[in-house]
Amino acid sequence: MSYLSLTDADREEMLAAIGVSNVEELFEQVPAGVRLDRELDVPPALGEAELVRHIEELAARNVHTGAELSFLGAGIYDHYVPSVVDVILSRGEFLTAYTPYQPEMSQGVLQAIFEYQTVICELTGMDVSNASGYDGMTVAADACFVAKHAVPDRKKIVLAETLNPQVRQVVKTYAPGFGLEVVEVPQRGGTTDPASLGAAAEDAAAVLFQQPNFLGCLEPAPELAEAANEAGALAIAHVDPMSLGVLEAPGAYGCDMAIGEGQSAGNWPSYGGPHYGFLAARKDFIRRMPGRIVGETVDLDGKRAFVLTLQTREQHIRREKATSNITTNQTLLALAGLATLSWLGPQGLREVGETCLSLAQYARERLPLEPAFDAPAFKEVAFRTPIPAREAMKRARERGVHPGYALGRDYEGMDDVLLVALTEKRSVEDVDRLAEVLEEVCS
Amino acid sequence: MTKEHGSAWPDAPLIFERSRAGRRAGRPPRPDLPVPELPSAVRRVTPPRLPEVSEPELVRHFTTLADRTFGVDTGFYPLGSCTMKHNPRVHERLAGLPGFRDLHPHQEDEGAQGALELMWQLQSMLAEIAGLPAVTLQPAAGSQGELTGLMLMRAYFADRGEERDTIITADTAHGTNPASVTMAGYKLERVETDARGNLDLDDLRGKVNERTAGLMLTNPSTLGLFDEGIEDVAAIFHDAGALLYYDGANLNAVVGISRPGDMGFDIVHYNLHKTFSQPHGGGGPGGGPVAVRERLEPFLPVPRVVQDGDVYRLDSDHPKTIGRVRGFAGPFGVFVRSYAFMRAYGPGLREMSEVAVLNANYLLARLKDVYDLPYDRLCMHEFVLSARNLKRAHGITALDVAKRLMDYGIHPPTIYFPLVVSEALMIEPTETEPKERLDEFVEAMRKLAEEAAESPELLKEAPRVRPVRRLDEVRAAKQPVLRYHFDEHPALVG
Repeated sequence: MSYLSLTDADREEMLAAIGVSNVEELFEQVPAGVRLDRELDVPPALGEAELVRHIEELAARNVHTGAELSFLGAGIYDHYVPSVVDVILSRGEFLTAYTPYQPEMSQGVLQAIFEYQTVICELTGMDVSNASGYDGMTVAADACFVAKHAVPDRKKIVLAETLNPQVRQVVKTYAPGFGLEVVEVPQRGGTTDPASLGAAAEDAAAVLFQQPNFLGCLEPAPELAEAANEAGALAIAHVDPMSLGVLEAPGAYGCDMAIGEGQSAGNWPSYGGPHYGFLAARKDFIRRMPGRIVGETVDLDGKRAFVLTLQTREQHIRREKATSNITTNQTLLALAGLATLSWLGPQGLREVGETCLSLAQYARERLPLEPAFDAPAFKEVAFRTPIPAREAMKRARERGVHPGYALGRDYEGMDDVLLVALTEKRSVEDVDRLAEVLEEVCS
Repeated sequence: MTKEHGSAWPDAPLIFERSRAGRRAGRPPRPDLPVPELPSAVRRVTPPRLPEVSEPELVRHFTTLADRTFGVDTGFYPLGSCTMKHNPRVHERLAGLPGFRDLHPHQEDEGAQGALELMWQLQSMLAEIAGLPAVTLQPAAGSQGELTGLMLMRAYFADRGEERDTIITADTAHGTNPASVTMAGYKLERVETDARGNLDLDDLRGKVNERTAGLMLTNPSTLGLFDEGIEDVAAIFHDAGALLYYDGANLNAVVGISRPGDMGFDIVHYNLHKTFSQPHGGGGPGGGPVAVRERLEPFLPVPRVVQDGDVYRLDSDHPKTIGRVRGFAGPFGVFVRSYAFMRAYGPGLREMSEVAVLNANYLLARLKDVYDLPYDRLCMHEFVLSARNLKRAHGITALDVAKRLMDYGIHPPTIYFPLVVSEALMIEPTETEPKERLDEFVEAMRKLAEEAAESPELLKEAPRVRPVRRLDEVRAAKQPVLRYHFDEHPALVG
């Protein structure tokens, strides 16, 4: 199968117009020594029906969240994705347009990004948001690049150990190129101690912490931000958009930047992507923001219009002096986020948050396991298992239940800790079923 | 002919302007359970002012916005270097299969065998196309692939105890190349293009030395020209102990025809959203896998997809790895689409590139007598014209040409890039366009050159048929309004 459109007659006419007799002549500029003189060694072509059958077979070999009762979270969450998202994203104009370089051709997508930026600012309490980053991990590295330039005399980044391990790993991969050193502040009882964080931040450009944190606990986030600020470091909060109907906005407790993984708002888990990361900041950082930003202006007739703006920050103008190298971002996934958050509205978002809170509390009371930490939770609760958590998981999966994430994968001394995620897609009966299964497999 | 002037575009209020307090669409489940009280220090005080709309208004809103957006589905989109080809719709169906869409990335490997096999097979096909043995799928986009490639160079030279601090790029390079160089902590050196559009070998020889870590090059270049001296270029770098990085933005020209590994490149990134048909989505998502030669394999990001007999698994046990550059194993939904695309073509991927090059050369042949052609050669999958002849004679710029094309229902090409060509128009038709669309473009471009002489105001005042006319971009940058300000519309605050 191919998606080509030329007929043989078209080809003949076109070759004649070019003045060559065959297609090979067009490639004479490719030196003979670097030409591939054989067919590509890839599997044979498939027609659409065969292709669908083949790929459906691959998909059928995966155990998805509809095939077993799943309490997996740990950064990617099974929240409800409204039907309007599929409808909006399947509009070919959104799906098949590129970055809106020509604003007159792209007012729709530009306006959508402007609305997305507004929604992110509202959720986080920040003044400015970019048009999206790759995911919740890379936006942390982007934020460190902003901090490096905003606080140029400091070469250190402080990460709370309760920050998503993959976020910390990505920051550590990027940091050497930025000339930054990374230090981590250990957790204590599931949360971060503000005094320890403040001490580590004394000579740091920025401090990153997560609310709710990776262990499911609510951090004393306002105290962490204050400790960072007092030490002269930027306070950067990594937050879950679906929590921000009930949890305070980072902008309201002194953070300089708010970042996060957008997946929970509007994107399918999709084995890790594509998703969108968001990055929002106080207005002091407007001209240091990484990535695309859309602004409002007027056209020649004075009519409101939208355009990519502040482009003198960007790689195609500033080249080696740019604030980042991003061009392609995650617009379509951010559009899904905008549609989902608009579908929920402020009331719906609060209700999702309350449902998560109440299910988490119910799980805490109902499951036959001891909570690992005392701190309050939002939608994930860590429990101690009497057998290794991985073993409990293995046995539970044999009974059709995926009970959650084994924290021993990332944290020493937590081989017996299971992190259970409760979104609004889980019910009281689902938690009861989990309780039964854990009772069986842990005894 | 252009469309009628003044066609009616309905108003497009912001979604916040459609809001009415108390209106809503979604109603999440509310179990019959008490809601625990949050500590006051972390409890939200002021609710976010999200839109308050009903579902019918929500759908109409985004339908209005879609109508005001031009995609490949709408019409011809010859945006140079972006490879705006048709996006087969079967890909959307396949990426949406529950076994993919609802697969949690922390699922155990044995519960994700289909996904891992797909990734393994995709890696294998990409390796064959690049002519390099080892692939990581993790990078999220081309520019992240670039950065990953530069981090691999750093790790490689650090492991060998060599101190090299400079990366060389061409003066025609995409802006991402120098930006990535800085982010990776390298210094930048620029090499010039010669009169035929190849890298200037004399300039290059004078700049490559023991401090040089490597070259970043797009081949064919952003001029749409294959570097005829590529074997000499590779030898210059390899003789100096340096590495060559291939920016795969223009890979659509050479799939199955010439492999970057055979050209001498050690590291390659692919743009799955260009060459392998992941829809561009209004600016993303993309996918930027990276392939490397054996000696760079130990440094690839983790986790990696590996095969053990009949079983596939994610493997993070690579002590020399640069680490993780993105979450999980990469943007999996993108992999499903690109895998499907490659399986549909099979070895016929070569024909894909041949037709991309044929289409571009046809346009070039039919336009070079009315626009300046700075490098008079056959092109690859794209070419660069200059509107400087129109500017000299009639004061008409590349921007005017771009805006007038909109009136003909055509998306403009990339303009003012590459920087080495003044009034540049960078045109990439892709392989999926039929001859009729190419002919319409030729007619529009030729007509427009006549208009430049006879009625230049048609170009200066273009576009006239879009929802807005030209914008005040200076105002947007000088007085930035980057979000909706509710206080200017107090009646609408919910």
